[in-house]
Amino acid sequence: MTANPLIRRAEYFLTRHVDGLLLALVLALMALGLAVLFSASNASVARVSAQFANMLVALGVMWAFANIPPHYLARLALPLYALGVTLLVCVALFGDVVHGARRWLDLGVTRIQPSELMKIAVPLALAWYFDRYEAALRLRNFAVATVMLAVPVYLIARQPDLGTALLIAASGFFVLFLAGLSWRIITGLAVAGAASLPLVWSALHDYQRQRILTLIDPTQDPLGSGYHTIQSTIAVGSGGLFGKGWLNGTQTHLDFIPERTTDFIFAVYSEEFGLIGNVALLAVLLLVIGRGALITANAPTLFTRLLAGAVTLTFFIYVFVNMGMVSGILPVVGIPLPLISYGGTALVSICLGFGILMSIATHKKLVQT
Amino acid sequence: MSAELHINPGVELRNAELELRQFRVRLAIASGFVFFMFLLLTGRFFYLQVVKHGELQTLAEANRISIVPVVPNRGIIVDRNGAVLAHNYSGYTLEIQPARVDNLDALIDELATVVEIAPRDHHRFKRLLEESKSIGSLPIRTRLTDEEIARFAANRYRFPGVDINARLFRHYPQGEIFSHVVGHIGRINQRELDQLEDEGRAANYRGTDYMGKTGLEQSYERYLHGTTGVEEVEVDSGGRAVRTLSRTPPVSGNNLALQLDAQLQEVAYNAFGERRGALVAIEPATGGVLAFVSKPGFDPNLFVDGIDPQNWNELNTSPDRPMVNRALAGTYPPGSTFKPYMALAALTYGKRTPQQTINDPGYFMFGGHQFRDSRPGGYGRVDLYTSIVKSSDTYYYMLANDMGIDAIARFMSLFGFGARTGIDIAGEAAGVLPSQEWKFKRFRQKWFAGETISIGIGQGYNAYTPLQMAAAIAAIANDGVMFRPHIVNTIEDIRTRARAAVEPNPARKLDLKPEHIATVKQALVGVNKEGTGARVFAGAEYVSAGKTGTAQVIGIKQGEKYVESRVQERYRDHALFIAYAPAENPKIALAVVVENSGFGARYAAPIARQVLDFYLLGKRPPPPKRGKDDDDDG
Repeated sequence: MTANPLIRRAEYFLTRHVDGLLLALVLALMALGLAVLFSASNASVARVSAQFANMLVALGVMWAFANIPPHYLARLALPLYALGVTLLVCVALFGDVVHGARRWLDLGVTRIQPSELMKIAVPLALAWYFDRYEAALRLRNFAVATVMLAVPVYLIARQPDLGTALLIAASGFFVLFLAGLSWRIITGLAVAGAASLPLVWSALHDYQRQRILTLIDPTQDPLGSGYHTIQSTIAVGSGGLFGKGWLNGTQTHLDFIPERTTDFIFAVYSEEFGLIGNVALLAVLLLVIGRGALITANAPTLFTRLLAGAVTLTFFIYVFVNMGMVSGILPVVGIPLPLISYGGTALVSICLGFGILMSIATHKKLVQT
Repeated sequence: MSAELHINPGVELRNAELELRQFRVRLAIASGFVFFMFLLLTGRFFYLQVVKHGELQTLAEANRISIVPVVPNRGIIVDRNGAVLAHNYSGYTLEIQPARVDNLDALIDELATVVEIAPRDHHRFKRLLEESKSIGSLPIRTRLTDEEIARFAANRYRFPGVDINARLFRHYPQGEIFSHVVGHIGRINQRELDQLEDEGRAANYRGTDYMGKTGLEQSYERYLHGTTGVEEVEVDSGGRAVRTLSRTPPVSGNNLALQLDAQLQEVAYNAFGERRGALVAIEPATGGVLAFVSKPGFDPNLFVDGIDPQNWNELNTSPDRPMVNRALAGTYPPGSTFKPYMALAALTYGKRTPQQTINDPGYFMFGGHQFRDSRPGGYGRVDLYTSIVKSSDTYYYMLANDMGIDAIARFMSLFGFGARTGIDIAGEAAGVLPSQEWKFKRFRQKWFAGETISIGIGQGYNAYTPLQMAAAIAAIANDGVMFRPHIVNTIEDIRTRARAAVEPNPARKLDLKPEHIATVKQALVGVNKEGTGARVFAGAEYVSAGKTGTAQVIGIKQGEKYVESRVQERYRDHALFIAYAPAENPKIALAVVVENSGFGARYAAPIARQVLDFYLLGKRPPPPKRGKDDDDDG
């Protein structure tokens, strides 16, 4: 090929750290997301364009992080983590209360939600920590890592923001698991967890308990959170094998689905595209996770392996919790369907994760020399 | 597995390989887990979309099943004798769904040709529209007549988005007399909606537009509201209900039976005449509040379907400030009504004996400053009994100086001065019990010994609510056993008719010697027999105990408008009176504050007399008459 060398150099600059397959899958999901959003928002061009703008920002972030070599990230791990925990403590002490939850910190200029930062800072810090003690990982290291995980999770859970706390706890646990946490301890934790359920139950807020009870029997609370579950299961079920077709979901368009552009957008998709559509979507998502797993398996250092693994599995948790919630097997927690749900923050943090995956996939040759 | 890892430099390379292999095993397990969970989701989708498809399809299709909340009846509020203070009646409202209307003003103008719409209704509607986020429907007219209903029904086709609804309305038959204590309901605003959401109570408020905003209506909201029922109705494609499929009936809110005595409250309210002030009467043996008056009041019924701007402005800008609950949130220097507690403090701390006398020349010198007694020339030799009965200032100037501010503060906190009583309505003020610590916190200044002197006669920084004063005198009447004042007696479960007492609250026994209390009580009886209260209580058919007080007004309060014609009056002293009766077995204890009137004996004591006469003897007050000359009073 005899292209202009300038164009070739620009092309090289733009694409050398981009993972083609991952990018293709992400773009496909985003396109699908816009189509579903168009239907869910009753053909609101404003919503769709706003989300399109969010996507451009998110893709920019993804590209930027893909170009940051992993060892720079490693250097950032501890300061980011420390900053995040400090901010969380500040939130607990003098954060702004919005809708009864203390999540926001007013910096005078702008308000930030430090728990978003922790979504990436926690797996980063844990991966860095294990990498540092790679030569001889002992029980002690796992204990320290557990504390590093538990502190932010606790601070976020008491805000209260159970959804985010759950995501961060899961991402941290994945790092511990991949780092080789002994099976005996995992079993022990599982048993202890089961045993402490009554304790957790008593510590939950009334509305949190209600959500769990509602899951067991949605008809108990048909006006409250049970309403979401009842209506979204009806939407999913009425979609049938082939769905009612794009823009034809009755549940959606008669206003029965709450939060139908954000957390419950999957109900809209399900109603309109049916079981076939669901399986196809799951397959694409599985491909994304598979690609992530492959990048993880081939990552050059323990740090990058753990980080890539955590990013990949956190993505899975997003998907599973959201779909489980919409289809009525998990309680209603505010977790969006990644790349599909309307909203900028989650989109950016998901794409940031993909950027890290791409960086790990494309920087390994340079590191291995 | 971690525990099994060892450092072994010789096989470091192999270790790394082993580690990588281990890692990949873990990764494979995780991937397997992901795959399994996806299968689980697929299974769930299959179940919903294939197995249950028919059923769910019917629900979504034939449907459209709409879940409609059924609003419960709000609990009613009655006094101790069953007199109704708040109840519901049903009426018809004309409501507009703003979301379905393009040009609201044009629509309302046209509606006005069918039913009467006053400017007041129009303004109120605009206000509601601004406050709500245009969800649901908003009333433009309430209490439609039968004729109006018929006229609208005939013209209904002209007004899409306008409907007639049957609703329950709250009504307060006693109007302004109970405005502060019973409170009122009002439309739920966005902030309250958010709060309900956060507390997980929003579901129970679907379909409910109103909630308690002040007084008991607010503090007992959880009991009064009830549980919202649910109706599953089939709707046609236009969203109109076709038939009801299932129904869970609502559970009405619980009824409140109060300790308040409605007739006593009315007597007390009217006893104030045109004057502003507050009265709190308490049953000493239980802490139950018998009367809770803040004058002037306002008509709570104005708030029930959203107050119109004109009335709202009037209530808010009135110099009499009718919206302030003076009994609960007004703070006043106690004046000489503080003296009995000072005397009790002196006995308790051993600073005075009942027999000990001081010389009262009519003033007390401190630091070159003369603190004057209200009676020129003083009372000469004064013992503890005389100091209360005649209300000698000099006695208490000296006593305060001898005790020091912190000892006074420590003792007074026993009676709950300067602290919220914890009564069962919200918005209570704490007042100020001055101490060195308080002054430093408040002003960053140290306490000057000279400031202690006037604290002794209830002036200076002292500021307490009428409720605190009543609770304190009730504790004296009850020989030092103190209750938390409460307004609600029982909460009645509407289904089981079971009544739960609100306050079987353990009494607090104050650490006081019975003989000290007896000495002070004897002096309080003396006040109404031969002292500053004798004229007002002359000829009473029961023995009462009391203490007069007059509090200096220091300045105009913040936020008050400068109205020249009233300034003089606003600077006048507040009159106070505390009392209980019958002295041997007290059934009622009370505190009265009459703002800007003058001497306590002249303006506050007669109100107390009327209240006691009515409560103990059932005597309705005679038409008001005033004494000719001033009683001497601290």
